[in-house]
Amino acid sequence: MSPIVALTLFVIAVFLGVELITKVPPTLHTPLMSGSNAISGITLVGALVSAGTEYSTLTTVLAVVAVALATTNVVGGFLVTNRMLEMFRAKPRPKSGDDT
Amino acid sequence: MSVDDFIGLGYLVAAALFVLGLKGLGKPRTAVRGNQLGALGMLVAVLVTLLDREIVSFWQLAIGLGIGAALGVLLALRVEMTAMPQLVALFNGFGGLASVLVAAASFFEAVGRGSDDLQVSLAAALTALIGALTFTGSIIAFTKLNESWDGPTVPAARIVNIVLTVLSAVAVIAVVADPDERLWFWLVVAIAAVLGVTITSPIGGADMPVVIALLNSFSGLAAAAAGFVLDNSLLIIAGALVGASGLILTAIMTKAMNRTLVEVLFGDAPASGGGMDADEVYAGKVTSTSADEVAMILDTAERVVIVPGYGLAVAQAQHAVRDLTKALEANGSEVVFGIHPVAGRMPGHMNVLLAEAEISYDALVEMDMVNPTFEQTDVAIVLGANDVVNPVARETEGPIAGMPILDVDKARVVVVIKRSLSPGFAGIPNPLFAADNSMMLFGDGKAAVVEITKALAEV
Repeated sequence: MSPIVALTLFVIAVFLGVELITKVPPTLHTPLMSGSNAISGITLVGALVSAGTEYSTLTTVLAVVAVALATTNVVGGFLVTNRMLEMFRAKPRPKSGDDT
Repeated sequence: MSVDDFIGLGYLVAAALFVLGLKGLGKPRTAVRGNQLGALGMLVAVLVTLLDREIVSFWQLAIGLGIGAALGVLLALRVEMTAMPQLVALFNGFGGLASVLVAAASFFEAVGRGSDDLQVSLAAALTALIGALTFTGSIIAFTKLNESWDGPTVPAARIVNIVLTVLSAVAVIAVVADPDERLWFWLVVAIAAVLGVTITSPIGGADMPVVIALLNSFSGLAAAAAGFVLDNSLLIIAGALVGASGLILTAIMTKAMNRTLVEVLFGDAPASGGGMDADEVYAGKVTSTSADEVAMILDTAERVVIVPGYGLAVAQAQHAVRDLTKALEANGSEVVFGIHPVAGRMPGHMNVLLAEAEISYDALVEMDMVNPTFEQTDVAIVLGANDVVNPVARETEGPIAGMPILDVDKARVVVVIKRSLSPGFAGIPNPLFAADNSMMLFGDGKAAVVEITKALAEV
């Protein structure tokens, strides 16, 4: 990938992200944050390649630690988001107080 | 089709799933599915990556993945809902540090193989900068939220931060100019790590949601920067998506406080006092009440609005509030919750706590929707909130002037449940407590709510 192509991808993705996220109701702010945080653990993909290449002891150690940290971020992030969202699942109110 | 093409296609699928996932997370009905799509995207990305022919050894991958997955599951399933802000901050920090380490490993390898690509060295330096700052900033945010450590006191924080920012820029240039010298890279990491501490330490209280949202954005940007080091399209796309969503949240939070990001970050904290004297505001005008009296007023109330703040989380009062809500509804009152966008310590904090206590989603009403209804409200109960209900914000001058607030003072009766008359984060007295239609119920939030519920049953 040329640097310009990489930069293009980045800028277009930022615009896309902005379009996707505007108008999120406050109730979802926390799950959105922890869910998107889990996605930022994508650095795991880079860590896997670096850790498996076995270029040098130093790079391997750094990368294996990165794999562990990123995996914690990914697994923990998606799980905790799911836990929160399960609580949000609409429950019928005991009384229809809204109509009054 | 070559293996590389196959991996590329897998990355495309993963990127599409991330986009769909984030879109889904934005709507209550689709949020659970959105999160699952995001997780599926991550699974696809990891699986196709394992096909990469550069990977010659798998056992260390298994170790890293195993430790990480076990730790992630443990933290995610054991955390209390009140501790959610800390956990989000901690995960943020992990992501930031992982990006730094990936950039280090990849950069050292590239240089070792004789590459002097400007893109690689510049991106590695920027990853080190953003990632290390995210890591230490998140750790300080974690210890603050956990109430274990407020971070060091930084004298002249604004100047220190500017100096460190300049120094880090110089170190980034040194990495680019002399990529063979690893010392420069670690120097960037060290300066950024200190900067993360000095920026985050002075920030507290109501500014916390802004910081958490911003660090969230940074963890995405660090991943994107690592993508430039590795020349990996998926890291760039996913990192940019997260960076953008974090920035949007940050903007929502700063707007809700009528402040700018620069004011929050560079220590322009709300000046305490603001010319108002607490004794003058409160002297002889504060009415203290009892749980029995509050229960009597609530007994005849048709519409009740509960306004929760960080005090609700501290007192762990969400289940007690649920019981009170049930009792009031059984008694024929309509009960809703008025939620200020920055109530609590992270975006949406109150919503998570109340949802945990199984309070219905549609009983939680946003500020703009609930404000016009206060004039038809019989009782407003303020529980552990202060600055977000301070009518001083409507004036043109003062530390919180112009901040949007919940107009609880327009309700017929206002009951404020609070330990004492101590000021909120803004450090100013609250004339609401002395208003003619206000009553103070002093004490622990949870105990007070339990007592009111008990008294209500006996009325």
